[in-house]
Amino acid sequence: MTTTAATATATAAEPGTWTPAPGAAPLRRMIAAQAVQETRQLVRNGEQLTLMLVIPLLLLVAFSLEPLVNFGGGYTRIDFLTPGVIALAVMSTAFTSQAIGTGFERRYGVLKRLGATPLSRQGLIAAKTATVIAVELLQAVIILLVGLALGWSPDASPAAVVVVPLLVLLGTAAFSGLALLLAGTLRAEATLAAANLIYVVLLGIGGVVFPLTKFPAGARPLLELLPTGALSTGLRGALANANAFPARDVLTLAVWAVVSVALAARFFRWE
Amino acid sequence: MELAGLVKRYGPATAVDGLSLTARRGEVTAILGPNGAGKTTTVEVCEGYRRADGGTVRVLGLDPVRDAAALKPRLGVMLQAGGIPPAVPAGEYLSTLSRFHVKPHDTAWLLDIAGLTAHAKTPYKRLSGGQQQRLSLAAAVLGRPELVFLDEPTAGMDPQARHATWDLVTALRADGVSVILTTHFMEEAERLADHVVIIDHGRTVADGSPVSLTGSAGQLRFRAEPGLDLDSLLAALPAGSAGKESPAGRYLIEVPGGTVQPALLAAVTAWCADRGVLPSSLQIESRTLEDVFLELTGRDLRG
Repeated sequence: MTTTAATATATAAEPGTWTPAPGAAPLRRMIAAQAVQETRQLVRNGEQLTLMLVIPLLLLVAFSLEPLVNFGGGYTRIDFLTPGVIALAVMSTAFTSQAIGTGFERRYGVLKRLGATPLSRQGLIAAKTATVIAVELLQAVIILLVGLALGWSPDASPAAVVVVPLLVLLGTAAFSGLALLLAGTLRAEATLAAANLIYVVLLGIGGVVFPLTKFPAGARPLLELLPTGALSTGLRGALANANAFPARDVLTLAVWAVVSVALAARFFRWE
Repeated sequence: MELAGLVKRYGPATAVDGLSLTARRGEVTAILGPNGAGKTTTVEVCEGYRRADGGTVRVLGLDPVRDAAALKPRLGVMLQAGGIPPAVPAGEYLSTLSRFHVKPHDTAWLLDIAGLTAHAKTPYKRLSGGQQQRLSLAAAVLGRPELVFLDEPTAGMDPQARHATWDLVTALRADGVSVILTTHFMEEAERLADHVVIIDHGRTVADGSPVSLTGSAGQLRFRAEPGLDLDSLLAALPAGSAGKESPAGRYLIEVPGGTVQPALLAAVTAWCADRGVLPSSLQIESRTLEDVFLELTGRDLRG
């Protein structure tokens, strides 16, 4: 190593080597490079991968094969579960994983250092969004394949081609806003704890594997107004009930998205 | 880079209090100061991280906050610590960053000059402290910047890597890159800097070339019991000698503009002998930046 450093210095001292020639790359290339790096980081991280793929798939397989819960409502188990597990996958990537990742990036000065590069903050947010969407697509493909293998037969109206991506995009925006609100205001450890706790609670009361119909009648309207409840109910409406347009759930998620993104933009601290 | 009357407050605390400094293009400017003097705050205002509460800041003729988009690509920044995602391998980090610039240096070559070729696939968190510093330095020069900010660049490096870094700074300067350096190592500032700025309590206390700051005055230092009668000692010495006790028990006799002559040494020891005082750690030397620093701030740099 010492030898390497010493030999190298000779090359580094060649006149003209360091003559300034600065300039920012095109924005699109910077965003793509950052998104590729962030996606690789996620896929390499065992804990994140557990959260984003292993837990949703385990729930999908375990609850569909064993009658652990009586779902009611005339669904087969897999028809009930697949939309719920897609909602869980969106929450795990856009909310839990993003909150924890961004919280630690802030703590390690990664966001600060990126602030000194030609990549603007808007560019960084675009890269993070692209990363979340890329991972969600990967999750969706795997969950849909496993669901189909387990006998899932969606009952969807043609409108689902538009409605499902719309629900997922609004849900992603809502969860991302909440993730950045936590990560940009709390210490990294507090973000980690809060993001995991909220994940578990919303998994329980968000209509993912336990139907909201099982909760007391008074609690149901509130649970359907939570982002996870709205996303799982909306996806189930579109994919299991041939519901053409789950207007209430779309509206609920849109309100969460606007409010959480506005709060995150207002309170996020980069250091 | 030009700062005039810079003020930066954090709540009730004033970190930078009317600081002015000029760093000329193509030069290496070293900013020295004790911990908490406002060095990092000053540099971070220039990098556009913090908005000044008062005064004017111009970096390459631009306002670091308002003109951030135009300025950022022209700067290279090495933070005091961290800033690199812990799980990302060294080589991958540099390749991602290189996609942000129009004409970046070759990543493999940069890894080589940073002595990190064997660690291209090592995640940042598994690199030693010195290797992390070298990666951070490589990232700072990757985009062929015009102006490079190095915050404590050689902290944690072994002597070999430190010399390689000094050679790199020298090469940057030779090719017309401006460098702003904060450091705790006086030797680093003395070797590299065209221009040294010493700051304390958020203000500039001295400013000039290393030679103009250290001067040619010879000096004699010794330690003895605190509270010796300095006036009496100076009266016994050749005319023009100056002296002081700082901190207690450490004495400094200076011959401004001259060198210590044997007669001065004899006079000091004779004066001590008359009083039964045994001076210890007696040294005759030229002033160093460290001496200038200690005198101006009353503090040890590393303290």
